[in-house]
Amino acid sequence: MDRKSTFETEAEERVRKSKALVSAITVRFAGDSGDGIQLAGDQFADTTAVMGNDFATLPDFPAEIRAPVGTLPGVSSFQIQFSDSIIFSPGDLADVLIAMNPAALKVNLAQVKKKGLIVVNGSVFNEPNLKKAGWKTNPLEDATLRDFQILNVPLSALTQTALKDQPLKLSEVERCKNFFALGMVFWLYSRSRDHTVEWIKKKFAKRPEIVNANLRALEAGYNYADMTEVMPVQYEVKQAALEPGTYRKITGNEATAIGFITGARLANKTMFYGSYPITPASNILHDLARHKNYNVKTFQAEDEIAACGAAIGASFGGELGVTATSGPGLCLKAESVNLAVMAELPLVVIDVQRAGPSTGMPTKTEQADLLQVMFGRNGESPIAVVAPKTPSDCFQMALEAVRIALKYMTPVVFLSEGNIANAAEPWKLPELDRLPKIEVNHPSAGKGPFLPYARHPETLARPWEVPGTRGLEHRIGGLAKADLTGNVSYDPENNQRMVEFRARKIARIANDIPEATIDGPESGRLLILGWGGTYGVIYEAVRNLKREGITVSHVHLNYLNPFPKNLEKILGQFEHVLIPELNMGQLLFLIRARYPKVNASGLNKVQGQPFQTKEIEEKIKSIW
Amino acid sequence: MSEVRDFVHKVVPDWCPGCGDFGLLAGLKKALPGVELEPNEVMLVSGIGCSSNLPGFINTYGMHTLHGRALPVAQGFKLANHKMTVIAVGGDGDGYGIGVGHLVHAMRRNIDMTYIVMNNAVYGLTTGQTSPTSGLRMKTKSTPFGNPELPINPLTLALGSGCSFVARVYTGHVTQLVDVVQKAIRHQGFALVDAFSPCVTFNKINTHDFFKTNVKDINKLGYDSSDIHAAFREAAREDYIATGIFYQKERPCYEATEEETLHVPLIDHELGLSEEDQAQLMAEFI
Ligand SMILES: Cc1ncc(C[n+]2csc(CCOP(=O)(O)OP(=O)(O)O)c2C)c(N)n1
Ligand code: SF4
Repeated sequence: MDRKSTFETEAEERVRKSKALVSAITVRFAGDSGDGIQLAGDQFADTTAVMGNDFATLPDFPAEIRAPVGTLPGVSSFQIQFSDSIIFSPGDLADVLIAMNPAALKVNLAQVKKKGLIVVNGSVFNEPNLKKAGWKTNPLEDATLRDFQILNVPLSALTQTALKDQPLKLSEVERCKNFFALGMVFWLYSRSRDHTVEWIKKKFAKRPEIVNANLRALEAGYNYADMTEVMPVQYEVKQAALEPGTYRKITGNEATAIGFITGARLANKTMFYGSYPITPASNILHDLARHKNYNVKTFQAEDEIAACGAAIGASFGGELGVTATSGPGLCLKAESVNLAVMAELPLVVIDVQRAGPSTGMPTKTEQADLLQVMFGRNGESPIAVVAPKTPSDCFQMALEAVRIALKYMTPVVFLSEGNIANAAEPWKLPELDRLPKIEVNHPSAGKGPFLPYARHPETLARPWEVPGTRGLEHRIGGLAKADLTGNVSYDPENNQRMVEFRARKIARIANDIPEATIDGPESGRLLILGWGGTYGVIYEAVRNLKREGITVSHVHLNYLNPFPKNLEKILGQFEHVLIPELNMGQLLFLIRARYPKVNASGLNKVQGQPFQTKEIEEKIKSIW
Repeated sequence: MSEVRDFVHKVVPDWCPGCGDFGLLAGLKKALPGVELEPNEVMLVSGIGCSSNLPGFINTYGMHTLHGRALPVAQGFKLANHKMTVIAVGGDGDGYGIGVGHLVHAMRRNIDMTYIVMNNAVYGLTTGQTSPTSGLRMKTKSTPFGNPELPINPLTLALGSGCSFVARVYTGHVTQLVDVVQKAIRHQGFALVDAFSPCVTFNKINTHDFFKTNVKDINKLGYDSSDIHAAFREAAREDYIATGIFYQKERPCYEATEEETLHVPLIDHELGLSEEDQAQLMAEFI
């Protein structure tokens, strides 16, 4: 195609195309990890947010920064579902797949709907690439893809043509092809290019030639889609009826960072964030490090032990100590978390779970640290555990983690997941002055001797004194503490009393958290009990089945220790409780132990991938 | 003005009679009033070991943390509350064994604090196993046929790790100890004081008599403590055991590079959600 027809389309040259209104669409971008897939996906999601659809994303990428080019393990993908109504899942199967190379096609083919559209970058379907991806024959030339609509677009070649007069190296031109593809998808779904145009201008401001090239590639892709006969229909998804307010796209880790900044503010506290880089928690550190102006001190320690120890030191010093990690780092922090249990200091431990055990699959998601955070420390060591259920919910649960840690003088684990951390959805900006303040009291010296372990009658929390205050000099630590004075004590009865105090303190948090709510009937044959990031798929499975006449109820837990007060009662109202989890049955284990009369079973998956709605639906049908 | 008695705590030390750690406790109580510190202005942080029990025997703020983890807690504390004078203490197992990773990084990081290691070349609290500073061939409970490993040299380690104040004392020489500890506290940056502190129960080699006859205060010999090459030489010599301040050179401490957040201790920041703050935060959210 010559440049004239690409850029200066004449009205009469156009193929007449029809426009179709659809309710929800799932798009999947896939390519090499160096192809800019996540970037294209992010841009599509940003634009979708601006255009007022509800959406949910599923980024999936290899742990290697640049896995070998063209290989199956090197494939990176980004899926987004967007809709004109409220949705929570990134969709099971895609309506359209953009496959940048043979490997991306191979890995992602199973994720496309029958009759779905597959756009392939025909430029790179050559012998060596096909071989690397394990295709025995060229799937574009045989019957492999007969169930799909195939659009073979020489993306690389077209991008080169579009940029042939640009002062760029071939490798730089090649890197613009993700914008060509993005332009095509923008056209297909009637998306505005404005947001991405602005973004490109800002992002590459220092390199005008790159700005130009990317803008041209975007434009060329858009026009190509408009011109080609293979895309006869343009689709449109109307705005969703979201609550009124200002929205932005937010990932779980972004919402976590903003949540903790806000939580510290509401408590009138500065925040100390001790961390050691680990996927998928690192970008919370990056976000916070940019926010020093909000009285956040970030500290990249030499290891997780030091990160947690420093946060504990900061808490003793009078700040809100927060530390974040993923599974392997959580193992290292265990001893330090126990010090905060014994010293009864506020501490928030963020664990963004990833697939384990050991180093496992660092960029893949899982929910298998639940029992570790419950029990993975020596001695009787109860701590509070909260878990966000969607990316934007991280904000709310961060506020809760701060509130509980400060009010109850205890470590709180904020149990996020890789899939929540990187996934995005629209978030309605909160009205800050409506958020409840978090009250903190520091004692000043009284008449008698200071008693660091005298407890609040209701919460059983000990006082949080700030060192430096004259007359309150005292010493705390990890050796067993005498009631009231906090002196080292080996008294047997005292130890029993103190262990019980700490357990009761955590149990009493149940009086101070929202009761669990039921989506669906309050009693019946089947209840689906979930926690954390499985919310979206369970919600949608339950909704879909209802349309088919199968009515089940859904309870989703944000608070895992202690459980909401009404949980036992709710569970008692159902003949059967199904617990889907991305582990081998850890919440199931806790529920069976706590409520042995409940008839519970699990649906378990440990593939590093979230559930698909269909998997939940099928399981429900099988036991219905 | 404080006095020694303000630092005296009613808890009686549970160390064996004659333990070298008594010397450090006495020296600290003397050193603190001399640098014009009140009990509420001092934070003592320790690890785990006989020596790490020290914060429990002196009237200041204190935290008895985990084996090897005094330094992380002390540094986090200092960054939160940096008007306090922070002193970390512990044993050689604590600081040069399980916690040595933290030590290396604390030295290069250079947060303004003092770290005193009561070095008895043996694990005291766990009843006498070999430690990272036990001599080659030394017989201990865990090395009945002699220690097969070379001991660590904490001073050359410190010099090589960018430590801005490196000193060694023997806790039996209280005058020198008080002087060095005071200089370490006044030093702006991370100060390491390796303090020979004999374990009278489990180490029959590095005894009080041994140190009394073998140590030499290099600062009395016209030594230049700004010369890092001289410091390496003295730290490595074998004909006598050098004590004193080997090296001192001030460089900007960690806090100084973080002016923005730390010119006022974090805990004293003006906070709350003013309207201006809210507007700013909301702008940030968008
Ligand atoms: C994680 C951990 N490992 C082991 C111990 C057991 N432990 C306590 S003190 C100690 C060594 C003490 O030696 P040192 O630090 O030199 O101090 P000293 O008792 O000689 O003063 C050990 C191994 C522990 N408390 N924690
Ligand atoms: S065992 Fe050794 S180090 Fe411990 S108190 Fe006794 S003499 Fe001191």
